[in-house]
Amino acid sequence: MTRHLQLTDDGKLKHFLTIEGLSRELLTDILDTAESFAGMSEQHVKKVPLLRGKTIVNLFFENSTRTRTTFELAATRLSADVLNINIATSATSKGESLLDTIRNLEAMHVDMFVVRHAISGAAHFIAQNSAPHISVINAGDGQHAHPTQAMLDMFTIRQHKQDFSRLKVAIVGDMLHSRVARSQILALNTLGVAEIRVIAPKTLLPAHVERLGVTPCHDMAAGLADIDVIIMLRLQKERMNSAFLPSESEFFKCYGLSEAKLKLAKPDAIVMHPGPINRGVEIESSVADGPQSVILQQVSNGIAVRMAILSMAMRSAGGAS
Amino acid sequence: MNRILIRNGRIVDPANGIDAVGSVAIADGKIVAAGNPPQNFDADTVIDADRQVVCPGFIDLSARLREPGHTQKGTIQSETRAAAAAGVTSLCLPPDTQPVIDTPAVVEYIKDKAEKADYDAVYPIGALTQRLAGTELSALFALKQAGCIAISNGRAAIDNLLILRRAMEYASSHDLLLLYRPNETSLSGKGCAHEGEIASRYGLPGIPEAAETIALAQCLELAELTGCRVHFSQISCKHSVIKLQQARKYGQRVTADVAIHQLHLTENDMVPFDSNYHVNPPFRTAIDRHYLREGLANGTLDAICSHHQPHDIDAKLGAFPETEPGIASLETLLPLTLALVESGIVSLAQAIAALTVKPAKILGLPVGTLTAGQAADLCIFDPDLRWTVEHCNWHSHGTNTPYWQQTLQGRVTHTLRAGKIIFSLKEST
Repeated sequence: MTRHLQLTDDGKLKHFLTIEGLSRELLTDILDTAESFAGMSEQHVKKVPLLRGKTIVNLFFENSTRTRTTFELAATRLSADVLNINIATSATSKGESLLDTIRNLEAMHVDMFVVRHAISGAAHFIAQNSAPHISVINAGDGQHAHPTQAMLDMFTIRQHKQDFSRLKVAIVGDMLHSRVARSQILALNTLGVAEIRVIAPKTLLPAHVERLGVTPCHDMAAGLADIDVIIMLRLQKERMNSAFLPSESEFFKCYGLSEAKLKLAKPDAIVMHPGPINRGVEIESSVADGPQSVILQQVSNGIAVRMAILSMAMRSAGGAS
Repeated sequence: MNRILIRNGRIVDPANGIDAVGSVAIADGKIVAAGNPPQNFDADTVIDADRQVVCPGFIDLSARLREPGHTQKGTIQSETRAAAAAGVTSLCLPPDTQPVIDTPAVVEYIKDKAEKADYDAVYPIGALTQRLAGTELSALFALKQAGCIAISNGRAAIDNLLILRRAMEYASSHDLLLLYRPNETSLSGKGCAHEGEIASRYGLPGIPEAAETIALAQCLELAELTGCRVHFSQISCKHSVIKLQQARKYGQRVTADVAIHQLHLTENDMVPFDSNYHVNPPFRTAIDRHYLREGLANGTLDAICSHHQPHDIDAKLGAFPETEPGIASLETLLPLTLALVESGIVSLAQAIAALTVKPAKILGLPVGTLTAGQAADLCIFDPDLRWTVEHCNWHSHGTNTPYWQQTLQGRVTHTLRAGKIIFSLKEST
């Protein structure tokens, strides 16, 4: 069971692979721990020695600048040593298997893997096949999960809205291919929001999506009524090539967040986006840069949240000071 | 020459409507009598089948032996040992070996290896198209002459319907049975799990049931057009069962089988990302399972097969979508079939028929019954014996099964092929 894989016997976080199986208490604990790290960025000395002497490996099989950078910053601010493995030039491109890559790194006595991979289930596989003292953090696996992103999104929502139980949240865009959306939905439901609507054409919604605890809508205007939090998802250009959508402009007309559509939500609704944003496709520039947008706060919150997760996981795995 | 008497077992021979305690007499590799043997039958070997069931040996419509070409996963030697231990006395070998079974040379190679492994009843199934590439016909007549009793598309797609039509017409000219695995690849794509709640939750590329039902419907129409005899392999969903029922209602004579594990497991039973559950066709919903079970009970699905696909460890070691699909299922065939009887889904006679006389009829083989004069292919099993699925009880090279380390009930104690004991539980432990 996923829950057993992620937690130690006394319920502490060991791996962070997915929001699934984690309790509301644990998620709240992560948010509270992140809170304590949040003030650090503005201070003169940005570091704490919590993970001094520990080695964290950023194992990114998929390209990422922003996620990798924030993980690196988080690790560095905790005083850990960071190793960045660039897979494109590594042995993997010579055909080394995932398992061998892990084993070789373990032989160099590392403590934690932060993994991003293009295949769903890769982080689980690595966690199940790593040495017992190693902690695995999922930085995004295929279409399955991106739990640290979901946590920083929850942190951002809590900053502005405090009480989850009354919230109506709309997630807009390509949910079918989105690991971020899957993790967000799990987190929002665990934290007890009032309603989650997923707004997208049918081609971009997974089968039986309502069983994930959301209400699907194909009409954005109807879907945005009374909404407190709007989460826009990124649209990949390739979707036009596989008959998911006719064109970017039609997508923007139907599902893009323009100023006019934003007015349909609550007046104090916040606008979020995991990034990187496609201006004019998912979201109008004036909205992305406007007063209701918290997109940049999400980015800075990412460091505090990841510091919290890294330190909590490392504590149970190898034993941090 | 060996005269064998199997004593006091519960004889279940669905073909002859027998279900009674009695004895079976065997001589010269043939059945002398099942039920009441001649009074003065002088046996060289006596097998005490007290509290056991004695039935015809099983005929498996799909068991991959991995030879030629994939010997890291299994060999004809190892997998026929597993078949014998599973009570299977005849099996069909799908054409997706390497090289594919598209020339007589490959057929002969397989038959030769099978004979050397002391398991002669391996029936290689010929490939419908060369290399299973879906574009050019194989030399179907040559394959038939070499010993193929049927042909199949394996799991591969046919390039387009015109080619499928022609292939079926040509096969029909030589009165060859087509074992058709319905799979519309433009819809199933790179899917690795049923397109449903679980795949959505775990972000796994999905295989919609329409991929199977659409291909099934197309083939049904072409069967009507071409007159080709068709058997549908490894049906997995509700709508396929309904289409088969409708086809029968309108007089189409088609048959179908279902893989044993599909009758038990659904997408909800899958342990997240556990590659032992990665199988094709995928585990579907509880509703699909209900229709499969009902289809078996009412005869819409004629036969149960093992769909045995042993794998090497590396094939299953990786993130779920990157692992190879398939379950090593020969040796769990009996206990899982008996579990269906235990749950009241089918009677013991129906279950055994689905493993014996029905697949035999589909293939046109003179086996699957205990009729006097037939080859003495038998399976004797203890329906109450509980055993754990682990190395000491396992003969297949592949340990890729969701039942690994589980305790199941029902085990084969003896398997006879043409009057010769090819498996004995006592001697193997």
